[in-house]
Amino acid sequence: MKRFIGFIKKEYYHIFRDKRSLFILFGMPIAQIMLFGFAITNEINNVDIAILDHSKDADTKEIINKVSASKYFSINQIIEKESDIEAIFKKGKVKAVLNFEKDFSKNLIKERKATIQIITDATDPNTANTISNYVNAILAQYQKELNKDVTVAYQIIPRTRMVYNPELKSVYMFVPGVMTIILMLVSAMMTSISITREKELGTMEILLVSPLKPIQVIVGKVFPYIFLSIINAVVIVILSIFIFKMPVQGSLFLLALESILFIISALALGILISTISATQQTAMMISLMGLMLPVILLSGFIFPISSMPLPLQLISNIIPAKWFIIIIKGIMLKGVGFQFIWKETLILMGMTVFFIGLSVKKYKIRLE
Amino acid sequence: MSNNHVIKVEGLTKMFGDFTAVNAITFEVKKGEIFGFLGANGAGKTTAMKMLIGISTPTAGKANVAGFDVFTNAEDIKKNIGYMSQKFALYDDLTVKENITFFGGIYGLSRKEIKGKSEILIKELEMEKAANKLVGSLPLGWKQKLSFSVSLLHDPKIVFLDEPTGGVDPITRRQFWEMIYKTANRGTTVFVTTHYMDEAEYCDRVSIMVNGTIEALDTPKKLKERFKTDTMNDVFLKLARG
Amino acid sequence: MIPAFTGSDMKTILYIVQKEFKQIFRNKGMLPIIFVMPILQLVILSNAATFEVKNIKFGYIDNDHTSTSRALVERFDASTYFNVLTDFPSEALASAAMLNGEVDVLLHIPPYFERDLQKEKYNNLGVTINAIDGAAAGVENVYVTQIVQRFNQNLKIDLFQVSDQEIQPINIETIPLFWYNETLNYKTFMVPGILVLLVTMITLFLSGMNIVREKEIGTLEQINVTPIKKREFIIGKLFPFWILGVGLLTVGLVLAKVIFHIPMVGSLPLMYLYTSIYILVVLGIGLFISNFTETQQQAMFISWFFIVIFILMSGLFTPIESMPNWAQIITQFNPIRYFVEVMRMVMLKGSEFMDILPQLFKTLLYAIIMNGLAIWSYKKTT
Repeated sequence: MKRFIGFIKKEYYHIFRDKRSLFILFGMPIAQIMLFGFAITNEINNVDIAILDHSKDADTKEIINKVSASKYFSINQIIEKESDIEAIFKKGKVKAVLNFEKDFSKNLIKERKATIQIITDATDPNTANTISNYVNAILAQYQKELNKDVTVAYQIIPRTRMVYNPELKSVYMFVPGVMTIILMLVSAMMTSISITREKELGTMEILLVSPLKPIQVIVGKVFPYIFLSIINAVVIVILSIFIFKMPVQGSLFLLALESILFIISALALGILISTISATQQTAMMISLMGLMLPVILLSGFIFPISSMPLPLQLISNIIPAKWFIIIIKGIMLKGVGFQFIWKETLILMGMTVFFIGLSVKKYKIRLE
Repeated sequence: MSNNHVIKVEGLTKMFGDFTAVNAITFEVKKGEIFGFLGANGAGKTTAMKMLIGISTPTAGKANVAGFDVFTNAEDIKKNIGYMSQKFALYDDLTVKENITFFGGIYGLSRKEIKGKSEILIKELEMEKAANKLVGSLPLGWKQKLSFSVSLLHDPKIVFLDEPTGGVDPITRRQFWEMIYKTANRGTTVFVTTHYMDEAEYCDRVSIMVNGTIEALDTPKKLKERFKTDTMNDVFLKLARG
Repeated sequence: MIPAFTGSDMKTILYIVQKEFKQIFRNKGMLPIIFVMPILQLVILSNAATFEVKNIKFGYIDNDHTSTSRALVERFDASTYFNVLTDFPSEALASAAMLNGEVDVLLHIPPYFERDLQKEKYNNLGVTINAIDGAAAGVENVYVTQIVQRFNQNLKIDLFQVSDQEIQPINIETIPLFWYNETLNYKTFMVPGILVLLVTMITLFLSGMNIVREKEIGTLEQINVTPIKKREFIIGKLFPFWILGVGLLTVGLVLAKVIFHIPMVGSLPLMYLYTSIYILVVLGIGLFISNFTETQQQAMFISWFFIVIFILMSGLFTPIESMPNWAQIITQFNPIRYFVEVMRMVMLKGSEFMDILPQLFKTLLYAIIMNGLAIWSYKKTT
């Protein structure tokens, strides 16, 4: 045991003496969470649009005023003919054009109906769709004002309550995701690199012929990183609460325990990676190339898993990050207790055991 | 500088912050000489050598190597010297032939020259069978000999060897010194650091560095006489203990 | 001023290039990571990147149990957006399911729903939406509103047999036109985008580790005592990865065309011209990092830091226009941002040379600066 503690101490010295790496390990997650917390959002603001008004009458003016008054849009230019649309879309700045038909006001009164085309640059389908929806909402509002005096027969009015995130803030969605990605990649990368580094430098052999048991060597190597990752997790949670005003509806203690579990599972994955790679370079490429995009895309961090094709929904189950994101959203935003997330917790535990078991097996094969 | 001095060093100093690694050393090396550069670990040998081969800029002093100044013409020095580092520095993941081709290429030899030289070199080293093997799979002694030969590919005026025989067996060490003699006989100056004191006996002249300064410089014979001992080892011990 | 290249420069560069290629192809552990993993990820992950909201987990509590309430629920059942329908007997069970994540949209039909509707001519309907994913919640709300509105229109005729005699309300009709991508197909946009992310990651990581790796194993010192010129060394290092990057991109584009039928409206040579400059930027950054660090570990952490920022702030997953001003300024330094812009413009819209000139110019400037820095930061002397 004394020997083991000595060994852990050696690992601490390794990590804490390398000031540059230490700065990177602590500084980067903070910089990233700050950056992404503010910058990543699905909401649209001040999108540049153009107007093509064939009527130029009272109603179109009023509608244009309403559109330009909304915080979603800013009118970039007024164009005169259809053929201009293509050219401004190709320049890329303007994302949508509102095309008012001829005799708009006249049609509204005479035909009780007038038409607007919402032409969007759908090379980014999400923005195009959102723009289209927002313009529709503004028009619906205007239409309602026009119809003030007309009573409609039976009306069911949905009263929608947005729970857990009444203001529909993107931050609530992205902060848990960013936290997960940072913890996952940093932990997996750190362990896989530090173990393969010893392999490459040949010092691993020295450690293995020492009286320390292999499992002690591995645990000793990983232990300081658990500590480091916990500090990172704490810093991130503090930032999310105080800077991004994320609520913690549930128990902080439970959040802490679940975070530690997730960190351990990411570290275990790192160990597994180190057993299958011979050089640092391979370990890094696997933990970065292999994990980065799957974790970003399949964890539900940005894209809703339920909308994916079924095979991908199934694959997403093997991404530990997916389960952790469900857990933190549950604890922080929904305020659930353990009885609601025991399933996810069990899955994470199972994965951790699996990673460790497989590493031990691989490790033994190599020694024989 | 007289024509038969290929290295001329005057008051050469290297500081790292407050620490003086090399403290105003002065010496000269003659053409064709085997010059032993001795010292305990950490005495400043490698630092001094790195200044001479142009990969470390001196803090103060003067040094002229192969006719060029280390401050202003480091790149010209590099054309005229060979270097074999303490750490084995060929590519493990290239074959013997590929390593020779690569280093020959960046020293600016033509394809024809490279081809000719590598044939001779492989033959001399008796590595015909290993020529297409990855260097990483060769035993250490072979690697060291190969590394030495590669540093001579471009016929340098001076070759710098930083502890070339570290960790190899006595037989290989012997063969290695035979190669050094052969090289010196062809007129190439050999500048070699070592901490094997028996090897010091093979040098024409040796300098002994202690704590960043050169404490003694002469032929092994004269040094032994001066310190009234039979072996260089005792000379070294007397100096190092001060 | 950039000194002119001589024949001997070219020869030296060729030797380095040859050596790097041999090392890349000899590393059996790395080959699948470089060549197979990106392709596999492209083919699989491109399907994941969609903001479409469908298969919404939907549930309801019917406290009315009349033909009206059942007809309303049927409307949701018929919609393709809502799939899992659960009938909750009580509010308590429904909210537990919401906490569990089993249901995301809940409809609360109040008691006497039909009776009150007939009497008052209007009635409220409770809808609860899990809004943690705010964007999806917004879309779900739109779907719910649309279904209820359509239900309203048919209400009087179908259910209450009231003939339509009132004044017709004014109607502003909107016709949404989605140019360049009528069906709002996410793959059109995500496949090339993810391809670029993969190529950028591969080339940045490989170049970022490259020089520092030689530093760690000691071969760099051996190179430094040779008369090799700094620019020869950097260009020799750059070129193999540049070939690798352009090659991977080509394979990826072919797959994009064959598997995903991605449209290629614009000029292919223009796309390649831009790509070749773009990869130089990435490699310049990588080599700069490599020169700047002491160990591969440090190099990787720094590359990781930048790549995560580059990916998440590229405008590929979330729009740049929505970012706060300072963040938009940061994206000006993000090479992936320009790539995503150019790709959308050229491939999907058919923009021409003059349209992408600003991006092309910035990228070129970036390439010159980064590679200049890479050469400058490679120190043969300490």
